[in-house]
Amino acid sequence: MATIEPALPPVTERSNILRWARKNLFGSWYDSLLTILGAWFMYWALSSLARWVITTAEWEVVAVNMRLFMIGQYPLEQAWRLWLWLGFLVFLVGNSLAIWGKGSRYSVALLLFPAVLAFAFPFGDEPRKWLLILAVTGLIGWGIGRARPEVLKRSVIAGWVISLPVIILLTRGLSASETGFAPFVKTNLWGGLLLTFLLTVVGIMFSFPIGVLLALGRRSVLPIVRWFSVAYIELVRGVPLISILFMAQLMLPLFLPEGWTVDRVVRAMVGITLFSAAYLAENVRGGLQAIPKGQFEAAEALGLSGAQTMIFIILPQALRLVIPILVGQFIALFKDTSLVAIVGLFDLVGIAQTVLAQPEFLGLQREVYAFISLIFWVLSYGMSYLSQQLEVRLGVGIR
Amino acid sequence: MRKSYSILAIGAILAIVLTACGTAAPAPAPETVTKVETVVVEVTSSAPVVVAPTGYGVTLKAVMERGNLICGVNSQVPGFGYVDANGNFAGIDVDYCRALAAAIFGDPTKVEFRPVTAAERFTALQSGEIDILSRNTTWSLVRDTELGGNFVHTTFYDGQGMMVPKDSGIATLQDLEGGTVCVQTGTTTELNLADVMASLGVTYTPAVFEDADATFAAYAEGRCDAVTTDKSGLVSRRSVLPDPANHVILDVTMSKEPLGPMVRHGDDQWFDIAQWTVFALFSGEEFGITSANVDDMRASATAPEVRRMLGLEGDLGLKLGLTNDFAYNVIKMVGNYEEVYNRNLGPDTPTYIPRGYNSLYTDGGLLYSPPFR
Amino acid sequence: MQLERKRETAIPFWRDERILKILGQIVFALLVLIVGALIYQNMQAGLAKQGISLSYSFLNGVSGFDLAESAFPYDRNSTYWQAFLAGLLNTLSVGVAGIVFSTILGVILGVARLSTNFIVNRLATFYLELIRNLSLLVFLIFWYLGVFLKLPRVKDAVVWPGDIILTNRGVGIPWGIPTASFPTFRLILLGGLIVAIIVFFALRAYSKRTGRAPLTLLWSLLAFAFVAVAGWFLLPVKPLTLDLTFVKGLNLSGGKILSPEFLALTSGLVLYTAAFIGEVVRAGIQSVSKGQVEASRALGLNSFQTLRLIVFPQALRVIIPPLTSQYLNLVKNSSLAIAVGYPDVFYVSNTILNQTGRAVEMISLVMLTYLMFSLLTSVLMNWYNQRIKLVER
Repeated sequence: MATIEPALPPVTERSNILRWARKNLFGSWYDSLLTILGAWFMYWALSSLARWVITTAEWEVVAVNMRLFMIGQYPLEQAWRLWLWLGFLVFLVGNSLAIWGKGSRYSVALLLFPAVLAFAFPFGDEPRKWLLILAVTGLIGWGIGRARPEVLKRSVIAGWVISLPVIILLTRGLSASETGFAPFVKTNLWGGLLLTFLLTVVGIMFSFPIGVLLALGRRSVLPIVRWFSVAYIELVRGVPLISILFMAQLMLPLFLPEGWTVDRVVRAMVGITLFSAAYLAENVRGGLQAIPKGQFEAAEALGLSGAQTMIFIILPQALRLVIPILVGQFIALFKDTSLVAIVGLFDLVGIAQTVLAQPEFLGLQREVYAFISLIFWVLSYGMSYLSQQLEVRLGVGIR
Repeated sequence: MRKSYSILAIGAILAIVLTACGTAAPAPAPETVTKVETVVVEVTSSAPVVVAPTGYGVTLKAVMERGNLICGVNSQVPGFGYVDANGNFAGIDVDYCRALAAAIFGDPTKVEFRPVTAAERFTALQSGEIDILSRNTTWSLVRDTELGGNFVHTTFYDGQGMMVPKDSGIATLQDLEGGTVCVQTGTTTELNLADVMASLGVTYTPAVFEDADATFAAYAEGRCDAVTTDKSGLVSRRSVLPDPANHVILDVTMSKEPLGPMVRHGDDQWFDIAQWTVFALFSGEEFGITSANVDDMRASATAPEVRRMLGLEGDLGLKLGLTNDFAYNVIKMVGNYEEVYNRNLGPDTPTYIPRGYNSLYTDGGLLYSPPFR
Repeated sequence: MQLERKRETAIPFWRDERILKILGQIVFALLVLIVGALIYQNMQAGLAKQGISLSYSFLNGVSGFDLAESAFPYDRNSTYWQAFLAGLLNTLSVGVAGIVFSTILGVILGVARLSTNFIVNRLATFYLELIRNLSLLVFLIFWYLGVFLKLPRVKDAVVWPGDIILTNRGVGIPWGIPTASFPTFRLILLGGLIVAIIVFFALRAYSKRTGRAPLTLLWSLLAFAFVAVAGWFLLPVKPLTLDLTFVKGLNLSGGKILSPEFLALTSGLVLYTAAFIGEVVRAGIQSVSKGQVEASRALGLNSFQTLRLIVFPQALRVIIPPLTSQYLNLVKNSSLAIAVGYPDVFYVSNTILNQTGRAVEMISLVMLTYLMFSLLTSVLMNWYNQRIKLVER
């Protein structure tokens, strides 16, 4: 069986490349065949991809429409507000990396990422300038965090807690009217990566508590609460997300009293949140089930009430157990936000379809979809990589 | 130390999450429901509120209070409704919305464009999410009745056509026997295609797509032998196909497709405003009033109807619930029908469509405005 | 969650935990009911204002549109019900094809991830990381526009060995057409099935009695194959004749023609789901501890027997539950057919919705359909789990 891994060979044997190759690449005749086939396939795939990217593909469509891909129709003169919260986030990331990142050299590389972006992609001068400022902000945050890790911990946590309200407030505007300082920007102008990002963040932030409550409800001793939770979870998990989004877009207006309308973007957020909550609930339940009975009994023996037991003893342990699964669910949510394009929202995929309707750029589907696939890939891979790091830091699975 | 802090962080988040839970002692789950409701309401309260969509004069009042017009448009049909590289909406249907905003507010920018899909457009109108639907929608009986809307007036006379590659040798619909036709779903086009082919006795396979882009992308790749939609759509789409000269539009008209804006049932004042904005565009062209000369005309006009229309005589605008110079604003700020047409579909655009039926009745077309009187 | 404390002293009812619990539940139930009632009332009022009443009778009306693919004859005179049914069957065919192929590919991937061959191992890992971080919607669109529509046109059709015709109108593969003796052959196949079942149970009883482990499934399959082959050669007229695809006029004809939409959807779903199934398989195999293998070898079982009797049954216990949820995901994800224009149940319902404006009816119908799928699967799963559950002392 392929599972059986041999014990490590002596050092002298390991250091020899030829021996390594013979062991790992040409162990037997079929092994050699597989190696040759695999190598040929890799060569073929990489060379045709490279040829396409460099010679065939017309990347002008991406360069010209970069603004649409990033922020949709969000007014350019208000874009500074987005850069502002992005700067806030980057600063927090820098701080956090310095405080919890053990001063790893990767963190500096990560903070320089905006600067790399600025030169790797065809941004205009204005975004380039901002991206460089972002990189500097991140580094400053990192420096400050390194200088004063213990003092800053609390304020950084507080910063993360208020980040979502800050983001939403800055994006939609500080004043209620469309004039004056930081005017109101309607959600139908939110688009591109901005919308994808906001749908994801709001989805995560709201589906998490609902999911935890549903998981607790499912394990509750109260029959009505339990039935409701079970019914909700199974109902939602039984249908595709797209049908829930359609329901949110087409049926929600009918469910509300006359004269009430809910913004289209909010409707999509509600749909995504309600959908994701059911899945999160099942994940959290998995963690709850893994907590041994002794923990409950010990808490009871200490005189803690049911709610106290849950909040202070059970949930922290259960959630820590399921962090990897939760992050996987969040990544899935991020990827699933692309479905809002089908109900007519201008997220990354929706804006791609709009860009492809521009007379100058018809027929460039491969370029456009390759570009947004790259964005999706980089962001979700980044999220899963960070979560792996987090697992190591929190020592999940290690006692 | 580190561990305890991370747990603290999680605990902090949980504490926030569970504060609500803590107050409701026995059952935490009731909060689930209310929580969701709160989210919706919270965000809504800041969004513009649309007043109940029935009754005379409600829509105009709501629009005035809100300070802008919400117009449901297409975002994928070049020349009619699409987003240009600057992120602005453009197209003839879009310009109509601007004209309506100019008529109401004297400001063509006071309009919010809401792109709606073919599927949701009628629901959006019914539920009051949009004030008017201006999205190359075909006037039909069912839509006028069961779908709860009123068509304002035809702003573009169209007919369903069929486009094929030139080298395919297809000249009539009968030649499509055994072939494949690309068509967009949820449209009258899809139904007309089935009707016409059935009555001709031609067997074919439809390849049905959710949006116009996908339909024409598939056709351009040779997925189908032919593509069908309104002739205007065919023309504008042909101009942006990889090799426009290689595609011909068959000389058949499969159906009448009068396209125009649509409003909800139940508000006749709103219907009138929308309709007379269309007529102002028509009349502007008829009387030779353009955005360039409208000020001169206003200063020197002698013809009584022109004077009435521009608000110099009588109080036609007030009768609509608008200001007297609404038609002046429309032409000044958006232009007359010819200007709007040429801007989006004229000879200088990539989406050139000869005017055909969409000429004034004096030029043998179908555009005919009732008198401003 | 909490133990009931029984006390002799009387507690006022507003502090009695038992009563509070019941009260809380009643309040909760009332809340749910009230919200539900409000929603229903609003919906009724809204619909009434538009002059529409909630009813499914419109489904008996003539649809008026054509469908690209249908398992049974369907044209514009068919009813909406028939359109819905055609969509349902299309979903099922994508589901079945997707499940079969993604399982095969997934097992290969799972094993490749555990391979000691460096290149194979890394390729499988790379594939997994590539797929897992892509949006399925974008992936499907890419397969459709970037791959299947870029195939040659009908007049330049490419023929692969085995008479497979590749065009961007579809891929034609040889297919059998039933002849006059097909009904008889069907009966023979049924007979074969009965024989196979008898063999299966006989061997099982034998295994229970003697404690030996014969290759039950293999023998029953062989029995079935024997009857089928014998029937094929004994019949005077062969039950099926081979039908090849060829280019006729504007389109392909003959054989079995798979549309680009079907292919794009199925291959996209297969490639996507297989990455996840590969992980499930890998985890399953790894979950069997090394000691088990060593112990079985020590008992004198050969490596095939070890795999069949020791590793496989234990791995399967771990694999089956997540595998089923992947299958369910595949079926639910097939609703993205709407992005590539394949008339599955969701897309057809969307078309019906567009043509009739019946949003509530159609969306509820679609949701119910998918719910049926998942409930059915859950019931089967629970039954299976009960069967293979580890019996502990």
